[in-house]
Amino acid sequence: MTSNADTTKPSVNLNNLILHLHPRRIKAPTLRFTVTFGLGGMAALLVVIQVFTGLLLKFHYEPSPDNAYNSILNLQQGLLFGQLARNLHHWSAVLLLWTTFLHMLRVLFTGAYRKPRHMNWFFGIVLLMLVILSNFTGYLLPWDQLSYWAVTISTSLLDYIPFIGSSIRESLLGGKEVDAASLTNFFNLHTGVIPVLMVVLMGYHFWRIRKAGGVIVADKDKDEPMIDTYPHLVARELVVALVLIAILFLLGSLFDAPLRERANPAISPNPAKAPWYFMGLQELLIHFHPFFAVVIFPVILLLAGFWLPYIKLTDNNQGIWFLSENGKRAGIYAFLAGLVMTILFILVSDVLPDPEMLLPFIPSLITTGFIPFLVAAGGIFLFLKYLHGKFSLNRSEYIQCVIIILVVSYTVLSFTGILFRGEGMKLMWPWQL
Amino acid sequence: MTPALSDKKAKDTSGRRDFLRKAWPVVGLVAAAEFLLFTINMLRPGKELSKSNPISTLKIIGNVEDFQVNSVTTDRVNKLFLVRQQDGGFLALSLICSHLGCSVAWDEPNTRFICPCHSSAFDKFGNVVNSPAARALDYFPVTIEAGKVKVDISRKMKRKKFDKSQVTYAL
Ligand code: HEM
Ligand code: HEM
Ligand code: FES
Repeated sequence: MTSNADTTKPSVNLNNLILHLHPRRIKAPTLRFTVTFGLGGMAALLVVIQVFTGLLLKFHYEPSPDNAYNSILNLQQGLLFGQLARNLHHWSAVLLLWTTFLHMLRVLFTGAYRKPRHMNWFFGIVLLMLVILSNFTGYLLPWDQLSYWAVTISTSLLDYIPFIGSSIRESLLGGKEVDAASLTNFFNLHTGVIPVLMVVLMGYHFWRIRKAGGVIVADKDKDEPMIDTYPHLVARELVVALVLIAILFLLGSLFDAPLRERANPAISPNPAKAPWYFMGLQELLIHFHPFFAVVIFPVILLLAGFWLPYIKLTDNNQGIWFLSENGKRAGIYAFLAGLVMTILFILVSDVLPDPEMLLPFIPSLITTGFIPFLVAAGGIFLFLKYLHGKFSLNRSEYIQCVIIILVVSYTVLSFTGILFRGEGMKLMWPWQL
Repeated sequence: MTPALSDKKAKDTSGRRDFLRKAWPVVGLVAAAEFLLFTINMLRPGKELSKSNPISTLKIIGNVEDFQVNSVTTDRVNKLFLVRQQDGGFLALSLICSHLGCSVAWDEPNTRFICPCHSSAFDKFGNVVNSPAARALDYFPVTIEAGKVKVDISRKMKRKKFDKSQVTYAL
């Protein structure tokens, strides 16, 4: 490098790399941290960290039921920094799921799913599914009691999809039960297929952001000046990246990734829980017929997700958190309602006697499916009608309230499942677990 | 192909170019679907080269007199319970919960099978006494030959409810 290098310009190579991913100049308001909270960038960094630590783990991990568990033990105990590598991969996976989910909420609550960003919304949904899938396929690999039973329960859910369910399950597991073929499948999906798909889709994702003219800006900021990407954006990205890496190393050196006893297909631990991100679903299963929990709800959500950008909207409140003052106020109501309604639902359903025992002559699809579904949907609908009247919401604010209720409900369900379910899946306080 | 160019051309010669432009995404989708199916197919178990040998799946669990009337014996290796009913009949129940596949355990004091995962419970016949499970536990056909109780573990039978015909009696 020459001595008279211009310090406001990066070196040529670095410049090429940065400008491959960024435009040369960007709108000043998009620099504000609170526009995106840097969540998309964090997710991207975490994926890179996953690939890097994952490739290191592969030097020691052996994907067979006989050796998998021991290879992890050996990695943890017989290798300098082996435990750290595993911890980093574990915590980075957890953080990735959180950041991706929060990134999606950011997009929702700033209205950034609308055209021309709809393609990023669609492929974002695919990316989220891939992130969940890599977490899930990775979960089996240690082959301990935790992972074996979590995967057994989660894949058994597929059996409840009519007609095609058991054949999907068989494809995923490479057989009827979780065994050597399943481990081979999961390992290859985890370390090959899914990462490749993710990296390709991320490339498309980034290109689409540029194509939409950068990150979303509120109408009032449309005419703000453009500024140079380097150093303004790049410096900020670097700070976020370094802080994130510091947090990750802190987590990785303080808390070890869990490892229970070796998997034993004959004895399920009590309680046997799904991975934490599926705990909301498992909790839902205690209250709902599996057909509703596994087919009806996910299909409705997915269809709604793909339909979202096509709903005709009357306003242009994008790029503002929670769209408007009105949206904010109604949002707080929706938040509280979601919280209270879900807790009530769980408690009431716990106290009520088992409907199958009470009304054995009515199919359980009706007593534990349709009826609770109508109660829940009716409750939400009536509340939204009330909100609609109180705040005279426009359509996008209305949609936002629905989303808030759903997100809060799933969060409450997850917390209940993780913290308040002990032996035999009975409700109890966390300190009694 | 730059977007500006293709847009302009699409405008003046609408027919063929327009068709081609619309055909591309369709072709792409078809190709993606083919790749997907191909990949899923690779995940599946292949045709088993040797059909499982019936002798090796017919397990001897014990002698008839080893099992007391009205008792439940847990066989974790073959993943089944051998239940000897009040009337002396044998019923082999699967250890796998019919709800989501955890392994259930016999709870002697309460005389029921309890699943640790979502607290389904089943009686001695495998019938559901506590949801969320919606089907009785699967069972295996039992045969009794020369005083030996044998279970064919390759034939796991699904059922909605217990039925008398699923019980086998020693002569
Ligand atoms: C988005 C990307 C990824 C996610 C979310 C992810 C997630 C996970 C999770 C949750 C585990 C279980 C670890 C534990 O329970 O402590 C795991 C294990 C593992 N992953 Fe990944 N992973 C990703 C990418 C990769 C890649 C790219 C590779 C290698 C090429 C890889 C290789 C492994 C290996 C070998 C294990 C077993 C070691 C262990 O369990 O600690 N992963 N992964
Ligand atoms: C591995 C996962 C993902 C990565 C690495 C990623 C990365 C990014 C990045 C870096 C941005 C730039 C702005 C920002 O940081 O917020 C962005 C924007 C965006 N992302 Fe993602 N994303 C991922 C998943 C998702 C998901 C799950 C969704 C939604 C379902 C989504 C939808 C969008 C949309 C609509 C934008 C444009 C927002 C705007 O222009 O304001 N992305 N993404
Ligand atoms: S797996 Fe047995 S109750 Fe759910």
